[in-house]
Amino acid sequence: MDRTNTYIKKIEKDHARFREIIRGQIRKDLRKYISNGEMIGRQGKYTVSIPLPQLRLPTFRYGSNDRSGVGQGPGDVGTPIAPGDQDGHGGPGGDQPGQHILEVDLTIAELAQILGEELSLPLIKPKDRSSILIDHEKYTGIARVGPESLRHFKRTYREALKRAVATGTYDPTNPVIIPVREDKRYRSWKVKEMPQNAAVIIYMMDVSGSMGDEQKEIVRTEAFWIDTWLRSQYKKLETRYIVHDAAAKEVDRETFYHLKESGGTKISTAYQLCSELIRKDYNPMEWNIYPFHFSDGDNWGSEDTKRCMEILSDDLFPRVNVFCYGQVKSAYGSGQFKKDLDDRFPKNEQLLTSEIRDKDSIPDSIKDFLGTGK
Amino acid sequence: MSQPAKHRETQKKVLSQADQLRRAQDEILKYAHAYGLQPFRTVFELVSHDEMNEIASYGGFPTRYPHWRFGMEYEELQKGYSWGLQKIYELVINNDPCYAYLMKSNMMVDQKMVIAHVYGHSDFFRNNMWFSQTNRRMIDEIANHGTRLRRHVERYGQENVEGFLDAALSLESLIDYHSVYSPHRRRARYEFAEEHEASGVHKLKAQKGYMDRFINPPEFLDAQRKKIEEQFQKKKRFPEEPTKDILEFLIEYAPLDNWQRDILSIVREEAYYFAPQALTKIMNEGWATYWHAKIMTEKALKEGEVIDFADHHSATLGMRPGAINPYKLGVELWRSIEERWDKGQFGREYDECDDLSAKRAWDKKLGQGREKIFEVRRIYNDITFIDDFLTKDFCIQHKLFVYKHNSQSNRYEIADRDFEAVKRSLLFRLTNMGHPVIVIQDGNFRNRAELLLKHRHEGVDLEVAEARDTLRNMHRVWQRPVNLETVVDDQPRLLSYDGDKFKEEDLTSSGA
Repeated sequence: MDRTNTYIKKIEKDHARFREIIRGQIRKDLRKYISNGEMIGRQGKYTVSIPLPQLRLPTFRYGSNDRSGVGQGPGDVGTPIAPGDQDGHGGPGGDQPGQHILEVDLTIAELAQILGEELSLPLIKPKDRSSILIDHEKYTGIARVGPESLRHFKRTYREALKRAVATGTYDPTNPVIIPVREDKRYRSWKVKEMPQNAAVIIYMMDVSGSMGDEQKEIVRTEAFWIDTWLRSQYKKLETRYIVHDAAAKEVDRETFYHLKESGGTKISTAYQLCSELIRKDYNPMEWNIYPFHFSDGDNWGSEDTKRCMEILSDDLFPRVNVFCYGQVKSAYGSGQFKKDLDDRFPKNEQLLTSEIRDKDSIPDSIKDFLGTGK
Repeated sequence: MSQPAKHRETQKKVLSQADQLRRAQDEILKYAHAYGLQPFRTVFELVSHDEMNEIASYGGFPTRYPHWRFGMEYEELQKGYSWGLQKIYELVINNDPCYAYLMKSNMMVDQKMVIAHVYGHSDFFRNNMWFSQTNRRMIDEIANHGTRLRRHVERYGQENVEGFLDAALSLESLIDYHSVYSPHRRRARYEFAEEHEASGVHKLKAQKGYMDRFINPPEFLDAQRKKIEEQFQKKKRFPEEPTKDILEFLIEYAPLDNWQRDILSIVREEAYYFAPQALTKIMNEGWATYWHAKIMTEKALKEGEVIDFADHHSATLGMRPGAINPYKLGVELWRSIEERWDKGQFGREYDECDDLSAKRAWDKKLGQGREKIFEVRRIYNDITFIDDFLTKDFCIQHKLFVYKHNSQSNRYEIADRDFEAVKRSLLFRLTNMGHPVIVIQDGNFRNRAELLLKHRHEGVDLEVAEARDTLRNMHRVWQRPVNLETVVDDQPRLLSYDGDKFKEEDLTSSGA
């Protein structure tokens, strides 16, 4: 046992050292050799990548006019076997060492698990509202009748075998078992009452002139991951979308990401609409409510900002789990709003704010929002 | 009270698993011996997946020196394992006794397959001549390296030692791979011959003065003089012959502190130790696969295990489209050799036979297959293995092809199915382990103690940006300007780094 323990400590030291280098805390001279390797997972028709940072020391090696090798399989000359890549490294692998691309299918649940582990997100503790119960079906039982699609093959076989042995028709040299109707066994379900766990995310986004495509892309990516994580935590998740410039309106998902308006910004309009939505559709006794607001931090004026604060403290905070504000950096935004929020509610645990400088800081920002486990 | 009871129960279970494994090990060893395998005594250790990943990260040696790249390896293995993307089945160390690791969570049938596979490797380590010069007490040696390195870290500081180690690892592949068998590289190399006088041509004695011209013709004397002069010049060259063992040259001649020299020698020794495994990858994996399949299917497999065995066995031999799997290529080549020597499908008579159907039905019932594969496992490496036994028929039967990158469509495409082309490409990739051949041409270049490296260009350019960074590391060791002669886009070039700036010279104009 002793030796096992020293093993673990040893590699963890090396691993910690590697992580420190990757994070740029030490050995800055190695920075240029860090590459963002990945393991590729597939989620439906999308591929997702599991980051796998690599640090490769330089060596004398063949350059890019050596992009050939030997493979095996069918196909005529000219048959494509693998796509090329962006920067001209790598290849279809096989006889070339150091290939790190792996493809797997992942479900949303696994994705969420990976996300959770990567960012060490705590599990969410829903508000205590076990009063709402819903019926839930669980396939735990076995029945003698049922649809063929639920036939339990192993149990059926066992019954048939038992019958054959008992009736003496079993022949060890020719062990053919043919189940008859009485042998068949089917999976059956039981209905259980379980407490309802429902959540709603209300996304709000500033679509005024200063939010460019790059900023929207950041919001989209971040929203996807937030969705993924909350979906893994709640049985039932709804999403609503609000856009605003000087006025706010509710839109569908498609519009939310692609709409481009111009003009001024009145954040209070969005908060007002959000608060109305909640009042109309989401009883805080039944729902875990997560409003997310993304903007570049510009607001029409201090008058409107003051109005926002009022809505937050009077209408929203009493109803929501947390209120999240993400400030995406843009060339035109002043970034004032986050400051105002932080100044106004310095110790409020229901308000989470985060600044998203660029694409690379998305993971940090997700952690800001979801790292509290609320 | 229930806690300790439970604990005892699990312990009992582990014990019985160990017992089962011990029984399987004895049984399989008996079969291996009966087939003529002569493995080292092999010690199996049962480890959890986490321990397995850790040991694998260290290249099989848990006591290896500390370095971040093992941590990087570990992260990849851990992630791959926890998301179910990959899993290490076998890990075996070339050492006497041989060490192998079994994963606790594997099914019994997997364990048996791995044990049989390991005995294949162990036999190969012991009997293939390319391994004959490797240190069979490497486990001790590696632990030694670890201790030495840790001591350097304590004395000279982490950043300092790690930085130098990184530079050394960046030069790790600069050894003479194909000399691993040669005992030459261990020879003490301090033989100082006396220097010749340029005029000291030995003349035959002529009795009569007028005969001298005929006994010692002037042309002959001139030629002799020239030869001596040449030898003398050669002695003045440094190194005398261009050397591929660049690490050795640096250890001996670079102006280093002893701890730095020690780090270089650690890196070099481990590179030479691991080299034969890379030199015989196809053969070695093929050999182990051949034997695990044979032992399992003919002897060790229980009826209930057939399906799982077939499943896992085929997974090891699985191919992604367009990639070579060394296990698969290796085992098929071994089987092809066995069949050909069983049937006598070799030699002049067979080669010159034009009748395809006669060739296909060719069977002289020689039965020399088994004997032949044991001979091949003794004296071949991957290059000679492919060169001698990859036949045209094999190439067609196994659908081998050469692929190339098509820059227009930005994808890899099948470029050629011609046998010669396939073989050439495979051999190119195996030569010098797929690394460009770089030698030290001159250790006193420009008579200023600069280092001149030469890339023996064989049609493929170096990755220039990386070559520069490697030169920077080389400079860190040599501490004087370093130069690399290579070819870039068909133009001979000299890349230089003087510790401050990079320079690139076109050698066509200077006529060098």
